[in-house]
Amino acid sequence: MATMTMAKALNAALADAMLDDERVLVFGEDVGQLGGVFRITDGLQARFGDKRCFDTPLAEAGIVGFAVGLAMSGLRPVVEMQFDAFAYPAFEQIASHMAKLRNRTRGALSVPMVIRVPYAGGIGGVEHHCDSSEAYYAHTPGLKVVTPATVEDAYSLLREAIADPDPVVFLEPKKLYFASGEAELPARTAPFGRAVVRRPGTDATLVAYGPAVPVALEAAEAAREDGWDLEVVDVRTIVPFDDATVTASVRRTGRCVVITEAQGFAGVGAEIAARVQERCFHALHAPVLRVAGLDIPYPAPMLEHTHLPGVDRVLDTVARLQWDDRPDPRWLAQGSAA
Amino acid sequence: MTTTPQAVRRASPRTRRPATPVAPDPTAGLLPQTAPVRLLDPDGTPLPPRADLPAPPVETLREMYRRMVVGRRFDAQATALTKQGRLAVYPSSRGQEACQVGAVLALRDDDWVFPTYRESMALTARGIDPVEVLTLLRGDWHCGYDPTVVHTAPQCTPLATQCVHAAGLAYGESYQGRDTVALAFIGDGATSEGDFHEGLNFAAVFKAPVVYFVQNNKYAISVPLSRQTAAPSLAYKGVGYGVPSEQVDGNDPVAVLAVLTRAVAHARAGHGPYLVEAHTYRMEAHTNADDASRYRDPDEVEAWRDRDPVARLEAYLRSRGELDDAAVAQIAAEAEAYAADLRDRMHAQPTVDPLSLFEHVYAEPTPQLVEQREMVRAELAADAEGDA
Ligand SMILES: Cc1ncc(C[n+]2csc(CCOP(=O)(O)OP(=O)(O)O)c2C)c(N)n1
Ligand SMILES: [Mg+2]
Repeated sequence: MATMTMAKALNAALADAMLDDERVLVFGEDVGQLGGVFRITDGLQARFGDKRCFDTPLAEAGIVGFAVGLAMSGLRPVVEMQFDAFAYPAFEQIASHMAKLRNRTRGALSVPMVIRVPYAGGIGGVEHHCDSSEAYYAHTPGLKVVTPATVEDAYSLLREAIADPDPVVFLEPKKLYFASGEAELPARTAPFGRAVVRRPGTDATLVAYGPAVPVALEAAEAAREDGWDLEVVDVRTIVPFDDATVTASVRRTGRCVVITEAQGFAGVGAEIAARVQERCFHALHAPVLRVAGLDIPYPAPMLEHTHLPGVDRVLDTVARLQWDDRPDPRWLAQGSAA
Repeated sequence: MTTTPQAVRRASPRTRRPATPVAPDPTAGLLPQTAPVRLLDPDGTPLPPRADLPAPPVETLREMYRRMVVGRRFDAQATALTKQGRLAVYPSSRGQEACQVGAVLALRDDDWVFPTYRESMALTARGIDPVEVLTLLRGDWHCGYDPTVVHTAPQCTPLATQCVHAAGLAYGESYQGRDTVALAFIGDGATSEGDFHEGLNFAAVFKAPVVYFVQNNKYAISVPLSRQTAAPSLAYKGVGYGVPSEQVDGNDPVAVLAVLTRAVAHARAGHGPYLVEAHTYRMEAHTNADDASRYRDPDEVEAWRDRDPVARLEAYLRSRGELDDAAVAQIAAEAEAYAADLRDRMHAQPTVDPLSLFEHVYAEPTPQLVEQREMVRAELAADAEGDA
């Protein structure tokens, strides 16, 4: 085991994939000599040459569309979007081509490519640099949507994404890039479609992914003081989604809070809450609740702490899980005001 | 302020500087001719031959005529099938036969075509089964042919998006040591979309062997070219990307084939992309669902009838003694047989399998798709029981 950052693990995953498979090409904006603005592609051009790792014109639709064409010719492109919000110009290529080509051609053509997207906030970034855009992708059939929360998973999931026969949107939580963890490379953790219990518990299940996982773990730790033993499930792959693991956990604990950094309305958290409710209704002792970002455009850096779900908001929500069969205190408060 | 010649003369002794050395024009070889290339007059009379643009071999032109006649008949049959409710919609390319067939004849079988919805005729001219070509419009699947077998991407509806795929595929092919060329069709209106520009730029920067072939048929549904661009010609869009470009009379089959052949050779030789604009005209409405009388003058349509590409090539070949009444009749009969066969096969109701909906979303269906497939399977079984 070694201690390393998620950025380093991602870099190693790219390098190992390029070493193992000549068809893997890495390209995007500033990914060549510079190594990417977050240095995830650091050293790849020097090591593999500028035909394998290269800069492109500044045009995200172009980058993704070019990758679709390369995939049609038998290559395995791994492209980087510089930041979450700068992937939006590519959306037509993603939704209409990358996601659909296999289906349109009844499997004659496939698009084994990866779009890496540094996403979400918590780093004091200015506007357009902190969006949680997972719902756009997860709502698009044909895409796989993956987001690591640990250093080992970063490596393992990225290797699997590159080897996958389908297009993968690989969401890298920016605020975890330089967080260190223990990893032994080449790591092979759980495959796509498998959620993981990061912390066992008996009283309630916190479901989270990507940047919300450390928040959930911290909240679970803090909840011990209040006498709650919380389980934390890391979704890992939003698509394909692992109903089985999430359902098994909630059936055990009988309570569930879904935590996402993304704004909550029509988000992935809403989907998870609905799925849990559909599958665990009779095991539930309380409604499934969500803790999400506010339904606002991502705020300016000095206000982001109000937007982001933190430990306190998670614990406040856990407190509302009808622990002693009394009505939700908020309704009591409203009743007394009336 | 205007400068009079006098003022210039007076100022010159004081402001005289060493003459700037005359650099070679960096746009040389990139700009199109100022007028579209033409090798035949509208009545089929050959114009003086050009040293820089070899005329295509006459056997190829005879084959071109044959495919244009068959293509036109196919197009009429597809329009008829739409009227009979067999196709959901059909975008006709009548009037654009020289472009549709010329593009295909300029390519090898292993070259790739990136067509739009307008290119049904080009695809049948490429030898793809017309029933497979019309699958999209009949509605039994999105793409009826196997692109990897016929080296033809699915017909592309999101405008201009195919331009970037062509760049990527062509670069990928050359990267892997193959000398494949990609030809991307695009309409005049779609040249306003960003992906046209991104495609040209990527192809140029990566020296990808792509021919971008703009069929300027003067309209994007109802919107005339003047609303798309203020450029003197769409072929001028290449120079800004460092892409050599040419414009051609798109109803002159000989010129279209000659210009596209040169463009393909340029790309195959490793010189990067090439842009060709063909001036042509869509004789029918945008699709059968469109009413062209709302936006264009019947006189305009009439004027284009006199520039019919099929008649033009026929006149030329007859004048060269390469075509006679018997050959024309034989090709017409072939076209009739082609259309009759298509009509018969399109009258058969296609079988669709609802369970196939789940097969090609991913290489392996997700657990959620497996669940939904079971739901549909149960629904179908219940329906079958109800029918029994
Ligand atoms: C991105 C996008 N926007 C709008 C449309 C709807 N649409 C279909 S065809 C068309 C006109 C395109 O005109 P042009 O590029 O000149 O091609 P033509 O139909 O004349 O062959 C439009 C607006 C579309 N298919 N894709
Ligand atoms: Mg047009």
